[in-house]
Amino acid sequence: MGFLDIQNVTKSYGNVEVLHRVDISVDEGEFLVLVGPSGCGKSTLLNMIAGLEGISSGDIAIKGRVVNGVHPSKRNIAMVFQSYALYPNMSVGQNMTFGLEMHGVPKPERDKALAEVAKLLQIDHLLDRKPGQLSGGQRQRVAMGRALVRDPDVFLFDEPLSNLDAKLRVDMRTEIKKLHEKLQTTIVYVTHDQIEAMTLSTRIAVMNKGFVQQLGTPKQIYDTPANVFVATFMGSPAMNVVPARVRVVDGVPHAAVTDHDGQEQLLAFSQANLAQWDGREILLGIRPETITDPDGADRKSRNVVALRNMIGVTEPAGSDTFVTMTLGGRDAVARMRADVTVRAGTRFDFAVNMEKAVAFDPKTEERIEP
Amino acid sequence: MSAATQETAVRTGAVTRVFIYGLLIVFALFYLMPLFVMLANSLKPLSEITGGNMMALPQAWTIEPWQKAWSSAQIGVEPTGLRPYFLNSILMVVPAVAISTIFGALNGYVLTKWRFRGDSILFGLLLFSCFIPFQIVLIPMAMILGKLGLAGSVPGLVMVHVVYGIGFTTLYYRNYYAAFPTELVRAAMIDGAGFFRIFWRIMLPVSGPITVVSVIWQFTNIWNDFLFGVSFGGQSQPMTAALNNLVQSSTGVKEYNVHFAGAILAALPTLLVYIVAGRYFVRGLMAGSVKG
Ligand SMILES: Nc1ncnc2c1ncn2[C@@H]1O[C@H](COP(=O)(O)OP(=O)(O)OP(=O)(O)O)[C@@H](O)[C@H]1O
Ligand SMILES: [Mg+2]
Repeated sequence: MGFLDIQNVTKSYGNVEVLHRVDISVDEGEFLVLVGPSGCGKSTLLNMIAGLEGISSGDIAIKGRVVNGVHPSKRNIAMVFQSYALYPNMSVGQNMTFGLEMHGVPKPERDKALAEVAKLLQIDHLLDRKPGQLSGGQRQRVAMGRALVRDPDVFLFDEPLSNLDAKLRVDMRTEIKKLHEKLQTTIVYVTHDQIEAMTLSTRIAVMNKGFVQQLGTPKQIYDTPANVFVATFMGSPAMNVVPARVRVVDGVPHAAVTDHDGQEQLLAFSQANLAQWDGREILLGIRPETITDPDGADRKSRNVVALRNMIGVTEPAGSDTFVTMTLGGRDAVARMRADVTVRAGTRFDFAVNMEKAVAFDPKTEERIEP
Repeated sequence: MSAATQETAVRTGAVTRVFIYGLLIVFALFYLMPLFVMLANSLKPLSEITGGNMMALPQAWTIEPWQKAWSSAQIGVEPTGLRPYFLNSILMVVPAVAISTIFGALNGYVLTKWRFRGDSILFGLLLFSCFIPFQIVLIPMAMILGKLGLAGSVPGLVMVHVVYGIGFTTLYYRNYYAAFPTELVRAAMIDGAGFFRIFWRIMLPVSGPITVVSVIWQFTNIWNDFLFGVSFGGQSQPMTAALNNLVQSSTGVKEYNVHFAGAILAALPTLLVYIVAGRYFVRGLMAGSVKG
């Protein structure tokens, strides 16, 4: 049993079930990120943990205590909202200590907690201002400060960075990560930004249409996605998922994919059990960064395979050059080093790191386990 | 909005401008005319009026008509002046405005932030009360006031106006609070504030503009009401009913100068409320209607 347990939880609005049997157990000090496309139920789940939404069935327990009917203020949680939700009529200091005041904490203690947190977040010079007089990034800090002074068991964040501009978002992301490493608090964090999910979390729950598609460490999610949805949702550019056929040659299963000219090319799998799929259709998943120029291929890999194909479009992006090609009748993206010369409309010898390739069952779209 | 208006004003020619301003001044004079007539005639002796000089400024200025209207004119059978009735009106209007505004604010708060099954139906029914003419409710209201033992008293009038005003005040506050971010209420809930604490500490401090609207609206309506006043006022008639009695008084000569003074006295409080709070009135109306 974990620090925060979500057991078999569902949520319905009328007849519509928007969350289906969610099971997540979070350990103390973990940073769990709920990620998924808009409308998948992330906020709903977070609000249920906070007690702002009722639970249709199942249990939510914090520190072993089932909190299903417990009022939000009695769960010892703190929440940071997307809009920050700072009280416009109160100063920054009052905003941050309002919760303590409501919980009957005496003034000297409130001031002490406020001073500590304000120093930690470097907002001590803003305490007398009104929220309307702050920049977006400062508001964000105050919102976090308001959560921190409470010293809660669990922090809940609902897309806290989505209202910031791109640069500030990256800065605050680093700051949240630092803060977590320093304070070691338990955090549940909602975002639809997969990069935020990858960088911040100790574990990720990828959600879609009210289902948890996969729960795992960032590495597990990235390297061994449970299904096509997770594979394509996490990672940018998205993983290439192309139709292929399994052919066993000399006892080794290969993925037979058609290239630009419709010719079949054989790419040897590292995954021996795919031999059982001999002659059958699969979906082959290859991440862009595992299709490279031969010199850029991962030297530690024991299974780099050559693939000659026509270059469609090239997109230099500064640090890398992205190349689009036709594979299995679909567009596939490869990531080359920036200084490789590639020209659209010419043939090129790519190197594919098949150790990282994954195969999906085309019917269920689930990954075929090794 | 104002920038756009200025731009078009710049682009219109001088002739058009003269025409527009001329027209506006004519209309302004037209609307100010009655006030001028009332003021001028309230400050002259009766002889000057009966002499047929309604439109002229007073020749012999006097404030006697004002004093008379205030403290000694014949109202019905008593020579009390309007003073006691003015007091009745104040005693009626202040609690009635306060109570209906507070209820409106609470209703708006519940209807937007503590929603429950059937809340929109309830709101619809409340709105209904905005469209019911006074005359229809006279008899049932009289029966209820009688049953409560409030007939013919100031508290009775207060109750009538509170009941009648809640529909409007609820409408104002509901539309205003609909634009108020619900996340703030949720944040306050997590912070441990209860129903009234959230209302008092979070919602009310930002409700200034709509409160001004509600107060002005309620104040003018209740102060100016005549029908409920004469019907349910009994011995505690409000200012409007007294003014009617003053003007309709059949004994002796008709003292027009006193009547004019009395009419201005009756209109003064609403005028004052507009001048003090009117600046916020339009602003508040806009905030409530556009965002809601
Ligand atoms: N009060 C409600 N009544 C009915 N359906 C609702 C209600 N609130 C949310 N939903 C539905 O529940 C689903 C999940 O909503 P939720 O707000 O949790 O999505 P989300 O994952 O947070 O999306 P976003 O990234 O856009 O914030 C949506 O399909 C939404 O339409
Ligand atoms: Mg959301």
